[in-house]
Amino acid sequence: MTEKNEDFIVVEHLKQYFPAGGHGKNKKYVQAVDDVSFTIKKGETLGLVGESGCGKTTTGRSLLRLYEPTGGRFVFDGDVIFDVEKKEYANMLPYRKRMQIVFQDPYASLDPRMTVGDIVGEAIDTHHLAKNDKERYDMIIELLRKVGLNSEHANRYPHEFSGGQRQRVGIARALAVNPDFIVCDEPISALDVSIQAQVINMFEDLQRDLGLTYLFIAHDLSVVKHISDRIGVMYLGRMVELAPANELTNTPLHPYTESLISAIPVADPIKARTNKRIVLEGDVPSPVNPPSGCRFRTRCSRATEKCAQSAPEFKELVPGHFVACHHVTLEEAQKKLAKND
Amino acid sequence: MSEEYLVNIEHEKLSFFTPAGEVKALNDVNIHLRQGEVLGIVGESGSGKSVTAYSLIGLTADPGKLISGSLYFNGHQVDQMTEKEMRKIRGNEISIIFQDPMTSLNPVYTIGNQITEVITLHTNKTKEEAKARAKELLELVGINEPEKRLKQYPHELSGGMRQRIMIAIALACEPKLLIADEPTTALDVTIQAQILELMMELKDKLGMSIIMITHDLGVVASMCDHIAVMYAGRIVEYGTTDQVFYEPKHMYTKGLIRSIPRLDTDEHQRLIPIEGTPVDMLNPPKGCPFGPRCEACMKICLKQNPPITEFDDTHYTYCWLQQKEAMERLAADSSAKSSGGGEA
Repeated sequence: MTEKNEDFIVVEHLKQYFPAGGHGKNKKYVQAVDDVSFTIKKGETLGLVGESGCGKTTTGRSLLRLYEPTGGRFVFDGDVIFDVEKKEYANMLPYRKRMQIVFQDPYASLDPRMTVGDIVGEAIDTHHLAKNDKERYDMIIELLRKVGLNSEHANRYPHEFSGGQRQRVGIARALAVNPDFIVCDEPISALDVSIQAQVINMFEDLQRDLGLTYLFIAHDLSVVKHISDRIGVMYLGRMVELAPANELTNTPLHPYTESLISAIPVADPIKARTNKRIVLEGDVPSPVNPPSGCRFRTRCSRATEKCAQSAPEFKELVPGHFVACHHVTLEEAQKKLAKND
Repeated sequence: MSEEYLVNIEHEKLSFFTPAGEVKALNDVNIHLRQGEVLGIVGESGSGKSVTAYSLIGLTADPGKLISGSLYFNGHQVDQMTEKEMRKIRGNEISIIFQDPMTSLNPVYTIGNQITEVITLHTNKTKEEAKARAKELLELVGINEPEKRLKQYPHELSGGMRQRIMIAIALACEPKLLIADEPTTALDVTIQAQILELMMELKDKLGMSIIMITHDLGVVASMCDHIAVMYAGRIVEYGTTDQVFYEPKHMYTKGLIRSIPRLDTDEHQRLIPIEGTPVDMLNPPKGCPFGPRCEACMKICLKQNPPITEFDDTHYTYCWLQQKEAMERLAADSSAKSSGGGEA
């Protein structure tokens, strides 16, 4: 029970494999998430970044049991949600009230045949949160107000809304059950630039007002840095680095994080001209047949024999800064951190 | 005057006549581009960035109609051309890379087939020569084992690889102008970096011009010489990259630059969003299209579209605020040469 005060969310060695053809001995699996561990404190935002197919979305969905996890343990506010080793699985219904998700595509994640009021109200019905129709209606209007929409919107259908407004509906739906923890799965990447800032600010306001805890998944590191307290970087199903947001972006230790950061185009012409990009060669390998040892080694400039033989351990090199790399040493990390301090 | 520019679009007005009504997709758009230059067109979805470029190669046919204006490419008036003449230019002198490499390659033809098709169509090369050229092109865009790739189908390749194939097809006839319509939006950042690097390298090698259509301000900052900012079918601001980023004049441009989160600051600053929702192009507002979302909106903005304000040869905007400021400044300058202009 000591975990209760310290870490609101504890994820240990999460594994999520999906079958990918083959039979018997030859059965193949997509190793979408392989041995990922992290913790999130109450009221904190953990950002998760990585390229498509790195398993960031799958991580979020596995925690909510939208998939059956292949391995690992997930403790939510002191309660074990699942522990695959011990075969403990919690009944999810009461926890669905506490954990919610906002999906990436506001065009696909709202039922086109339901009014916005019913979309938001569905969760209220499922969990019997309203005593009568009047109360249900009031709750819906209150939720729509919270996300910057108004009562007239309740009777409209999703197609009548713009992308930004739809995403607000998606957020209102997640808030309907008064959750503590929300998985935000690329909630702004389908929106226009001028609208993104509105939605990001709303996420921040809601967190402050309602004391929410976020797992914020996105591929855009600038956005993730803006909203997160700490950031985890994933590559091909594994977590390669995790550190406080500013430390990670200023002093990346893992070679992958370094190149990821240098690849981001800076919206500042003078800096863009002087910036030297570390351009990675080649493509991300297939997660069905990942490289042995360190999964990044096929594209890494520092890769050696050792990287092919054994997978580096994901360890806390400096307090609060986790890295999984054979070549990053404590001295190197300290030197880099001191330089950028 | 049209001689010195490779692309010269003047006062282009283009509408789509849809069942729901007339969509005025382009309103008085002017674009001038010299050989070897890179022009970035930024704006949100539906602002007319793609339509501007597509109209240059006649891809806006049917519901789309050019209302007025003229389009020149390399001295030829494109909008007067017949379809037959157009086909000689399209894919040959002007080529295009589309946003989504997943859907713009034909899934039932091999990569080799799709590249050689362009070459045999536009040159007198034999099949064998075309094949050799295709191999050369794949090497040029950095694809390993070109022999093998030529025989593969699009589904066998990754997204970044497919976009490279698209670039190879676009470059097959050494075009004078390359239109890149959100070429990296569907790709991951590390792959995006590869593709952008490749495009710039090839631009220098082949001396072509590029029109880069994107909504990513980061991409234009690193690649472009000039930037056109579009909003609701109009170019609201046009200038060199530095002018647009460091001295933005239009409120929309200012808003855009302010609203993106930055990677290079440690303090947590609240983002300043542009309020409101994008324009409904079927019922655009009266006056300045950005008026209803503009924080500095004045009475006149909702009545009349602002006239052009030119700051120098390369930098202009359409904003009433600049008009007023310009006038005030003139008045202040003439009465007493006191303080320099400072913006809010």
